[in-house]
Amino acid sequence: MENQSLRLKLRVWRQASSQAKGAFETYELAAVPVHASFLEMMDLLNEQLVREDKEPVAFDHDCREGICGMCSMYINGRAHGPQRGTTTCQLHMRHFRDGETITVEPFRAAAFPVLKDLAVNRSAFDRIQQAGGYVTVNTGNAPDGNAVPIPKTDADEAFMSAACIGCGACVAACKNASAMLFVSAKVSQYALLPQGQPEHRERVLSMVEAMDMEGFGHCTNTGACEAECPKGISVENIARLNRSYLAAQLSGGGTSAVATSD
Amino acid sequence: MALTGLFLILFLVVHLIGNLQLLAGDGGRRFNEYSHFMSHSLLIQTVSKLNFAFIILHVLYSLWLSRQAHAARPQGYEGKPALQTATWSSRNMGILGTVILLFLIVHLKGFWYEFKFGSVPSISYADAPEPLHDAYEVVRAAYAQAWYAGFYILSMIFLGFHLHHGFQSAFHTLGLSNYRYKPLIRAVGTVFAILVPMLFALIPAVMHLQSLGY
Repeated sequence: MENQSLRLKLRVWRQASSQAKGAFETYELAAVPVHASFLEMMDLLNEQLVREDKEPVAFDHDCREGICGMCSMYINGRAHGPQRGTTTCQLHMRHFRDGETITVEPFRAAAFPVLKDLAVNRSAFDRIQQAGGYVTVNTGNAPDGNAVPIPKTDADEAFMSAACIGCGACVAACKNASAMLFVSAKVSQYALLPQGQPEHRERVLSMVEAMDMEGFGHCTNTGACEAECPKGISVENIARLNRSYLAAQLSGGGTSAVATSD
Repeated sequence: MALTGLFLILFLVVHLIGNLQLLAGDGGRRFNEYSHFMSHSLLIQTVSKLNFAFIILHVLYSLWLSRQAHAARPQGYEGKPALQTATWSSRNMGILGTVILLFLIVHLKGFWYEFKFGSVPSISYADAPEPLHDAYEVVRAAYAQAWYAGFYILSMIFLGFHLHHGFQSAFHTLGLSNYRYKPLIRAVGTVFAILVPMLFALIPAVMHLQSLGY
């Protein structure tokens, strides 16, 4: 399949604005190189639409190297397409068959309203993050990296949680549109480190509260989020969040450090 | 869901131990004595009220959560995945639960209601001080009907799938799962989800065969 190309039929969700009613449009692409990424294929479609004097499809993208988490597409019933552990930009057309019909939808959640076509507004994640997804530190010189000893296993687990890029695939894949994997990863990346301890309880309570206010669904532990996460964030983080939340509630809340920091 | 679910799981174990007396092969005496004990124990009667409350809570909470899930995604997807990533039971807990609830209604009407408000024949044993309700006879008559035994066995299959997700999910929700214990919780949950419904289903199967003269 050196220089093979595919003939594809695309069913793409078109929606003029967040208020407008959307519908699927069908497009045909005659020659898509198998080595093109999914976003490059979308570029080809848009070039074709521009040539035909039609409105190109709006879709989010930024780094195109799998680390920014912008390319929120729901492809053939899967967030970021059929391949495990990848964002849409890292999905290549060789994973599709010649003559295949591909259905492309935006991420669907009340908390992620469609802005236009395939682009959704994920600022709900930003607001959850602002509710406690940080540690309060004094500014100044960077502290010595080895001043606080941290066991290797804890550091590794915190790093694995911190790998979350906030792409929203977990919400898109969840049958309840729950944001628990995202929130639990953002809580866990500090919960495992000494620097995160002083504000831990407050962080858990306010981030969960922010999540509920955004209108995400509840978690029923199906594990669809973990399977769809491009960074392989584990659902064990959700168990940790549940544990922390219960403990924080039973101990009557946390310190007020976070609440007064801004 | 987790707390009520775990209580109901515990209830299943106690109920199963009682039910297995039906297979004692003594014409139902052990079962009748057991049922006499259960209906005259203050502790059991209190726990059974609690059990009813938990079943209702479990159902009401699931309805509330389903509504919330629907509000969280008002518009669904058209694309159907070639491969599902979550287990079938975890995606269909509502359907499984509804069948189990239907079963419970038939089950409570047939046995609990009959024992409490219906007319149950009495049976006297030569060496017993007073006659007992012949609960065994009610059960025997019910399981002699093929549809009743069949419906029971079918419902236990649904219960198995419900437990397959529910058992481990409850531990996860309560934060009692981690990398180390998850495989153990999953394994115990799977064994429980197969063994308990199978033993429950064994009773109507055996008693129906007995009624056919085997």
